[in-house]
Amino acid sequence: MTVTLGHYLTLSAVLFALSVIGIFLNRKNLIVLLMAIELMLLAVNTNFVAFSHYLGDMQGQIFVFFIMTVAAAESAIGLAILVLLFRNRSSVNVDELNVLKG
Amino acid sequence: MDVKSALFYAFAAVLLFAAARVITVRNPVHAALYLILAFFQAAGIWMLLHAEFLSITLVLVYVGAVMVLFLFVVMMIDVNLEKLKQGFWNNFPLAASIGAVLALELASVLMGGFRSAPAPVIDANGGTISNTKELGIALYTDYLYPLEVAAVILLVAIIAAIALTMRKRQDNKLLDPADQIKVKPADRLRMVKVDPVQQALVPAPVPEEPKA
Repeated sequence: MTVTLGHYLTLSAVLFALSVIGIFLNRKNLIVLLMAIELMLLAVNTNFVAFSHYLGDMQGQIFVFFIMTVAAAESAIGLAILVLLFRNRSSVNVDELNVLKG
Repeated sequence: MDVKSALFYAFAAVLLFAAARVITVRNPVHAALYLILAFFQAAGIWMLLHAEFLSITLVLVYVGAVMVLFLFVVMMIDVNLEKLKQGFWNNFPLAASIGAVLALELASVLMGGFRSAPAPVIDANGGTISNTKELGIALYTDYLYPLEVAAVILLVAIIAAIALTMRKRQDNKLLDPADQIKVKPADRLRMVKVDPVQQALVPAPVPEEPKA
């Protein structure tokens, strides 16, 4: 069975669904939540690259380039906030991070 | 089944296995390591899609920088695993059903719609320039302004990450050059008005020694 565009898109759909399940399961652990978000971005990027290859268009890869830039910035700031939270609350449990709740 | 299809299925299987381990494994350090494995497999899949530059960038940026940052943070903070894992599988039925519905819907639509997609246009430019060069030409001509915006975003991320986590130490003896330059003579030397002639202090009368 030769691989078509549908196979790549299905692979990233399954990967995306797995990371959605991961967000449900690890709803308490902030670190693994961030990792699940990285997996989601990976699935989306795979979609872009697959379309770019099969449609012969370079724009998709350029989009992936910018998504990776923003994702790197996002994870750097997210982890900085996480370190700050841990320093103040000694916990990464999402249930305990409710001080902003009115 | 040709080699490319076999490679695709191998990479996809390991990628999905690693992703499943990332979300279910107990220890966050192991989750980070499985995520690194997932990124490597995804890089292989991108390589199959002829996106060589992005594939190498994925390994360099994600595995080399982002995941190392993750590992640093995971190892630096002391997580109470037992508390975080309480009721871990409580939401699993809901999550699994939502995930299955999502995956099945997407897969049915995508496999139905794109199975008979046109064959890939491998070399749109006639195979004269490489993927990296093609990407670079597009980035530095049509996408120059977005590229600079991306650079500014990275700069903001650097400043934000440092500003968020920087902590002033109370016990260091570092000198502040600004304060040293701002100093005036009056801060260092105090002029005191003193009379030129002063009354000598009268010594206390020495008690005479009793004569024998």
